[in-house]
Amino acid sequence: MDIVELTAIEMKENLEKKRISARDIVEAHIDRIEKVEEELNAFITISKEEALKSADRIDQKVRNGEKLGPLAGIPIGIKDNIVTKDIRTTCGSKMLENFVPPYESTVVEKIRKGDGIILGKTNMDEFAMGSSTETSYFGPTKNPIDSQRVPGGSSGGSAAAVKAREVAIALGSDTGGSIRQPASFCGVVGIKPTYGLVSRYGLVSLANTLDQIGVLGRNVIDAALMLKAIVGYDEKDSTSIDMELIDYIEVLSENIKGIKIGVPKEYMDLEMDKRVKEQVFKAIKTFEDIGAIVEDISLPQMEYGLATYYIVSTAEISSNMARFDGIRYGYRAENYETLDELYMNTRSEAFGEEVKRRIMVGTYSLSRDYSEQYYKKAVKVRTLIKEDFDKAFEKYDVILSPTSPNLPFKLGEKLDDPLAMYKTDLFTVPVNLAGICSISVPCGYVEGLPVGLQIIGNRFEESKILKVARAFEKHVSLGGENIGL
Amino acid sequence: MVSIDYIRYISEICKIKFTDDELEDFIQQFTGIIEYVDKLKEVNTEGVVPTYFVNSNTQPLREDVIRDGLSKEDVIRNAPEEEYGYFKLLNVMD
Amino acid sequence: MAYKTIIGLEIHVELMTNTKIFCSCTNEFGGEANTHCCPVCLGLPGALPVLNKSVLEYGIKAGIAFNSKIANRTKMDRKHYFYPDLVKGYQISQDDIPLCSGGYVEIELEEGTKKIGLTRIHIEEDTGKSIHTEEGDSLIDYNRAGVPLIEIVTEPDMNTPEEARLFLEKLRSTLKYIEVSDCKMEEGSLRCDININVVDTETGEKTNITELKNLNSFSGAVKAMEYEEKRHISLLEEGKNTQRETRRWDEVKSETIIMREKGEVGDYRYAVDGDILPIEIGDKWIEEIRDSLPELPHAKKQRFIEEYDIPEYDAGVLTQSKELADFYEETVKYTDDPKQVSNWIMGDVLRRINDEELQIEDLKFKPKDLAQLLELINQGKISNNIGKKVLRTMFETGDSPEKIVKDEGLIQISDEGELKKIIEKILSENEQSIIDYRNGKDRALGYLVGQVMKTTRGKANPQMVNQMIRDMIE
Ligand SMILES: [Mg+2]
Ligand SMILES: [Zn+2]
Repeated sequence: MDIVELTAIEMKENLEKKRISARDIVEAHIDRIEKVEEELNAFITISKEEALKSADRIDQKVRNGEKLGPLAGIPIGIKDNIVTKDIRTTCGSKMLENFVPPYESTVVEKIRKGDGIILGKTNMDEFAMGSSTETSYFGPTKNPIDSQRVPGGSSGGSAAAVKAREVAIALGSDTGGSIRQPASFCGVVGIKPTYGLVSRYGLVSLANTLDQIGVLGRNVIDAALMLKAIVGYDEKDSTSIDMELIDYIEVLSENIKGIKIGVPKEYMDLEMDKRVKEQVFKAIKTFEDIGAIVEDISLPQMEYGLATYYIVSTAEISSNMARFDGIRYGYRAENYETLDELYMNTRSEAFGEEVKRRIMVGTYSLSRDYSEQYYKKAVKVRTLIKEDFDKAFEKYDVILSPTSPNLPFKLGEKLDDPLAMYKTDLFTVPVNLAGICSISVPCGYVEGLPVGLQIIGNRFEESKILKVARAFEKHVSLGGENIGL
Repeated sequence: MVSIDYIRYISEICKIKFTDDELEDFIQQFTGIIEYVDKLKEVNTEGVVPTYFVNSNTQPLREDVIRDGLSKEDVIRNAPEEEYGYFKLLNVMD
Repeated sequence: MAYKTIIGLEIHVELMTNTKIFCSCTNEFGGEANTHCCPVCLGLPGALPVLNKSVLEYGIKAGIAFNSKIANRTKMDRKHYFYPDLVKGYQISQDDIPLCSGGYVEIELEEGTKKIGLTRIHIEEDTGKSIHTEEGDSLIDYNRAGVPLIEIVTEPDMNTPEEARLFLEKLRSTLKYIEVSDCKMEEGSLRCDININVVDTETGEKTNITELKNLNSFSGAVKAMEYEEKRHISLLEEGKNTQRETRRWDEVKSETIIMREKGEVGDYRYAVDGDILPIEIGDKWIEEIRDSLPELPHAKKQRFIEEYDIPEYDAGVLTQSKELADFYEETVKYTDDPKQVSNWIMGDVLRRINDEELQIEDLKFKPKDLAQLLELINQGKISNNIGKKVLRTMFETGDSPEKIVKDEGLIQISDEGELKKIIEKILSENEQSIIDYRNGKDRALGYLVGQVMKTTRGKANPQMVNQMIRDMIE
């Protein structure tokens, strides 16, 4: 049996049936990592020793006949903006190159309690600012399907690691599409949960009213398994929601006949790759075949989504990035004679271009002279965007769109054109603005490159998007992908 | 075009330094972005309440009970410079 | 020319909660550097704030005590600036919706009661503390980072440094009354910034506002204001103006020194803190807090006037602090002359306390002892003057008045026979005075009484001596 080819659920089942040990699983994945990582660069830090220790602990549990956690033996990658106690957490930045957190994030605590095995910290755009994982201080991650191309971002390391079988599942974070877009580019499943479903405690804030931790897996079931393990109210995150927990695995088998799907015409009218559009229309056809009711809908404010997102997110970014001043942790400039020089040199030497750009734009849109015009305007447009979705969900169960308007592009292609880069998130950002949930599933291939289908659900209706995604995944068999690695 | 003086002012308050050369390139990109987001001006937002929170829950209140914080070592473990358990920097404060 | 001084204050008060405002670290003062810290109050990446219920409660208490309106829905905002003491590059504070708005504090002036308006009271977090070494380094301790504060902003309603002092005294005593803060200026738990300028009431010309910072005592604050008042007036007289600036008080040089010019107000980029949800405060909770408050100084003062039939001025002084008011009430319990008790406490007791900067709690004697002292006076066992002397001893030894009187032989001589002997002796030694008296010089009588008191070391009953001398020489 080729362990790395198993799904997460299969790994766990084989472990429970004592066909394989946790150590077998970890060693198989470490072998895989050693084989592909040099080319792929999906990880910033690999926690091999730790992983082996966890594996032995779980094997001991198996021998003792103790009850195993829901993630038992599953090798997991953690995006490097999620704090891991005693494991370096860099956010892909020179600023935190040597930062070793003295505390644990809530999600990682849950993974450890659930007997999941953390294999390492995955690569990402610096502080999650980017859509290609090229802005990482630790070099870009390659797309496992085509190493000339980007894996998407900012959770590109997590998506690539999952696709390349370095781990079975991974955690990412999604502020404007950072899980779904790389999922789309790497041909995997990515879930961005409703704001408040998963605790953000220990997630290094990018834009804290938009950020959510989510999951990446090779199929919907694996992703659902991971989601189920990390959700729940956390008294350490006031924005997390106290609600009844749902068994996301159980709902997957439900029928979707008669389910009402909306396809927003404003989305389909936005600038996009025709070949992507074709694949999405094919997917819509598939849904009709399995008995869903698909109708055109209107979300009139969508064309303002990206501009709104850009202002709201950069404003929050400028605030959240202010703590990186070289005093308590992180990089500190060697030369300074004044306090201003200490700050200026530290921040200018340790932040990359995109980070600086967003801090500047955010500071501008919050500044005394412009906040009325930009920030305060954008938070109102945000209301209108949210209301569009609220209205649509009165009639429809889920909304479909492409995940990204583009196919995975070549490394370097969009690096010098920030606006073009931002536009790859055109379809995903409105979801974060509204705080609702969404999943990206592979829906086809164009010349060997994957296309992602985005299924959007109302707040806390993860079970709906999961069962729709699962029904789709079960029904279609996708072929034609080039596995470069 | 966003004025160079205002960019300098912004750079001053967010403590991001640009050399004059960098600034020339930067201002182009910056202006491009601002022109793009300027499309928000088209939207009529009269009477629209801002959204700062997407959910309707309110702030839970923590009971005023002391819990252990970090050990002294953990507090300063990431400090760029440290002395006697304090965070240290050159005296550049006024 | 006539000038009017305009003074407004901004006061930061640390709250006496158990834990910090957004984390469960202890809010104990001091401690070894960086030992009261956690990921939240250190601003570590990924850590999130969770609001302490007591902070709201204490803030609401202050609001009620100062007659403010309590917001039913409020929020926390981020105020951005860079400083090493500040862990996140922003302070979590409140911008446009403070916890409490409006309100006032009443101060007692000779011409009557004056209301000093409050603009607002809001909650926020304190910053860390830095020390500077001789080697040219700065060392930072974040134990204080995240300690809860209320910021109280007044209207520019005070017109003399003395009014500002009275306001601060009243504010402090009230906050101590309701037990939201210990208000120890020396530990930084009460800090005061002052905005001061002067207007020429004839021409309407004004000086620019000077901000006074880093004042660490009330007396320093008053001296700084007096200094500034003079400086502003003399500038106006020269036809000049001040610049908008921030100054500090130099205790040694007895002058204010410029810290920085304040060209314009900072661009703090206030923004809602998305990590803290809207805060809801129900009327029911506000009422519960109101009911739990101890009697406030103002109500106590009114009660003193009615219950003890003492003048408003006395009641005002006696209710300055809860400790003093309690001491007074406890003493009155053992006597039947509340006004006499008030006279003694406001006079000799407070004078000594103020001179030696004592706290009521530090006194070596108890209210019961003071009552006993008054009893001895009222029974004629000692004179008023001897009473004062006994009180001085009580301050030093804490002995009961009876014991002091006994040990020092201070019982008043009221025996007519004994007094007669002493008076006869004095009269025989002072014939000239007798002649003077008979010639209409009243002062001579006083001299003779004084001689008797001197001989008896104050123990003679002065009323009796007075009467007896008259009888004997007329
Ligand atoms: Mg303040
Ligand atoms: Zn703390």
